[in-house]
Amino acid sequence: MDTSLLRRWLKHPWTLGILGMSVVLLFWWLISGSGLVDKLFLPSPQAVLQAGQVQWSSGLLVKDALASIQRVFIGFALSAGLALPVGIAMGTSPVICRLLEPLMGLIRYMPAPAFIPLLIIYFGLEELPKVLLIFIGTFFFNTLMIMDAVKFVPHELVETARTLGGRGLPILTRVVAPYIAPQVLDTYRINMASAWNLVIVAELVAATEGLGKRISLAQRFLRTDEIFLGLIVIGLIGLLIDLGFRFLMRRSCAWAN
Amino acid sequence: MHLQVSSICKTFGHGAKAKLVLDRVSFDLHAGEFLALVGSSGSGKSTVMRLIAGLDRPSSGSITIDGHPVRGPGSDRGMVFQKYSLYPWLTAAQNVAFGMQLQGLPKTEIRERTAYFLEVVGLADAARRLPRELSGGMQQRIAIARALAAEPRVLLLDEPFGALDIQIRESMQEFLHQLWRQTGLTALLITHDLEEALLLANQVHIMAPTPGRIVRSVDVHLDRSNMAHLRVSPGFLQLREELAGCLRGLEPALSR
Repeated sequence: MDTSLLRRWLKHPWTLGILGMSVVLLFWWLISGSGLVDKLFLPSPQAVLQAGQVQWSSGLLVKDALASIQRVFIGFALSAGLALPVGIAMGTSPVICRLLEPLMGLIRYMPAPAFIPLLIIYFGLEELPKVLLIFIGTFFFNTLMIMDAVKFVPHELVETARTLGGRGLPILTRVVAPYIAPQVLDTYRINMASAWNLVIVAELVAATEGLGKRISLAQRFLRTDEIFLGLIVIGLIGLLIDLGFRFLMRRSCAWAN
Repeated sequence: MHLQVSSICKTFGHGAKAKLVLDRVSFDLHAGEFLALVGSSGSGKSTVMRLIAGLDRPSSGSITIDGHPVRGPGSDRGMVFQKYSLYPWLTAAQNVAFGMQLQGLPKTEIRERTAYFLEVVGLADAARRLPRELSGGMQQRIAIARALAAEPRVLLLDEPFGALDIQIRESMQEFLHQLWRQTGLTALLITHDLEEALLLANQVHIMAPTPGRIVRSVDVHLDRSNMAHLRVSPGFLQLREELAGCLRGLEPALSR
């Protein structure tokens, strides 16, 4: 291969990332194949793949993934949907900000998983406590980050609109909203990761299906291959969501790139 | 149109921390005139502009337009800022149309007037470009077009060329002068650049800092038919030197 082609290939944004993953995969394959580590602790990539095929053909994998995805999406949609107006209100009104910021700053530091016992006592073991856990764990971060985005809207942009005859709601929808849109999407992208953490935690505690539930069952039967499978699937879904947000941002906020 | 600024004072803060930033500033601006306020930072010149725009309220004194007191911002006073002057997510044409849309003008009228004002500032070709694809000078011309499209009775320019390179600034000064001559607009320019003020304005008020106040007012009568020539003409240089001396004398650190 001539060097210019290699260089161009190396410059492709994905090349090095895929290379990094391949190296880890290769080490995993080599170590598990060498027999140095007990299969119980480190299953081979082939064993994990096979566990995946079994769960796929039985429909278990899709059912678990859908259950977890559904919880994340409902919980996060509630959180994101409510954080937007509250964050904007706190960012624009000093009174509302002073009223709510200390409270939110306090609750934000309470670890969301610590709410699980309360949520189970209040709402039982159904879907609601899991969705609420995701809501509690992401709402305050979403709100405070949106508030910051609003506070950093250059005042010139708002004042220009006012000298052009704009006031109130049009300034919010036509100046503030478009300006903060990229940061809001980025906020959601970052906090989506917490939502995934929390759904797994919730399922480890109590659930009948879901990727976290599958992992905790696998632990009971010492099926490390299924634990590995669960981890990889969770990671891949997270990565896909992340890429989805990035795509959305590139599409809708081309001006900010 | 008659903008009357009478004896305005502005204090920031309360009690012991209160700071007087404007001390009895008065001047008049009539239709078709070009007035400049010149001063160093801290002279309160931007505060004067914000008060006229209605973005802040004076602590005392009054600002009236044709006898009506200024109570808040309005489209009769268009403003151009030094920074963040355009909406970065809107194209040049959408930026120009922005004010007209806020005012709820009919779509066909907006389209026609947008095209017209892009033409006026010489940027019809840039209509579909985003601000980040435009040079700093082009961005400021779009900002001026947007302000003019809202049909203000007075155009407020707050250091509009302050962030531009010197060459671009000179061409923008020429552009603004031509625009003023062609459209007969009424303008109030804030600048720290004495040369800029003398090149463009018929009336120049020199402001002194802490507290901000007008210390000298000059009527400028110069032949502006050739601006490049004007910049080096003896009359211009003499006036500039005289006023520069006045400005230097106001700087406490330099005079002591």
